[in-house]
Amino acid sequence: MSFINYASREINCKIVYYGPGLCGKTTNLQYVYQKTAEESKGKMISLATESERTLFFDFLPLALGEVRGFKTRFHLYTVPGQVFYDASRKLILKGVDGVVFVADSQDERMDANIESLENLKDNLEEQGYDLDRLPFVIQYNKQDLPNLSPMDELQRFLNPNKIPEYGACAMSGVGVFETLKAIAKLVLMDLKKGAR
Amino acid sequence: MLGSQVTLVLYDDEVAAVKQVLANLLKASNSKSIFLVDKNGQMIASSGDVSGIDVTSLASLTAGNIAATGGLAKLVGEKEFAIQFHEGEKDNIHISIVGSRVILVVIFDHRSSLGLIRLRVKKASTALAEIFEEIGEKHKVQANGHDRTNPFAEITDDDIDNLFS
Repeated sequence: MSFINYASREINCKIVYYGPGLCGKTTNLQYVYQKTAEESKGKMISLATESERTLFFDFLPLALGEVRGFKTRFHLYTVPGQVFYDASRKLILKGVDGVVFVADSQDERMDANIESLENLKDNLEEQGYDLDRLPFVIQYNKQDLPNLSPMDELQRFLNPNKIPEYGACAMSGVGVFETLKAIAKLVLMDLKKGAR
Repeated sequence: MLGSQVTLVLYDDEVAAVKQVLANLLKASNSKSIFLVDKNGQMIASSGDVSGIDVTSLASLTAGNIAATGGLAKLVGEKEFAIQFHEGEKDNIHISIVGSRVILVVIFDHRSSLGLIRLRVKKASTALAEIFEEIGEKHKVQANGHDRTNPFAEITDDDIDNLFS
């Protein structure tokens, strides 16, 4: 649910990075944080375990600039990817304006990707959202690793509807901003339509 | 009732009304600072001494906290736990849900007391609930086609691209 404040002339949107455990959701946010100018970003919050696995969420507020006299702010969230944190994932999806699905392109993680994508659909449905009508992009992360699933297989299993998709290596930053830009654009276009 | 998928729109007069309630509460409760946060983690308004507090982080963590507590409530068969209180060495935080839709956060120290805060918060909550009830009604009217100008109706691809240049 976006929030338009006429008093402060601000618009706030919520973007959630979803995907299986260790696919690189937090790494995406960390890269965005590192590469964003000081004045455009807030503090990044990571509620993580001692072993740096996401426990509840990561949060990064970004100020992108002005559109038609309104300051646009995007709040980026990640969910905990591990299967047993499902209750937390549901909570974080509340009020979402756009979703990035971060897939782990390694061959042995294909099942985990599919399971996580199904879980995303189920959890959205529970809140009355339809993934097909929500701004949604997919990122095939870890493209630098040797044991990759073939691209056509990733597309067939994870992106049958041919939504915008990006290859990425979040560690080095390849594809990270392309993905963010794509989802931000879809969210703003969605606001324009006033569809939701 | 504002649905979870509806854009929350607040106009100047509504924000002013909310701020007035917060300012009155700040004075009556002798608290340090007060924040009103949307359940999705957006900061709506604040009052009092907010310097030195990262308000964006506060809003996001408060919403996360309320969401997690709400999950706990459902597990034990409660609709929600409407009030939370965290006691620190110097400062304390009182968090309450207003009208099932927004979160009121009051930070106070030894100059006030939990009893006073609870008493004053109750009164302010009623006032805030009324304001948000009205906003909810307005949304219904707008949904019927009487929308005020949507600032994003005229947005172009170039506008969006410029954000990233």
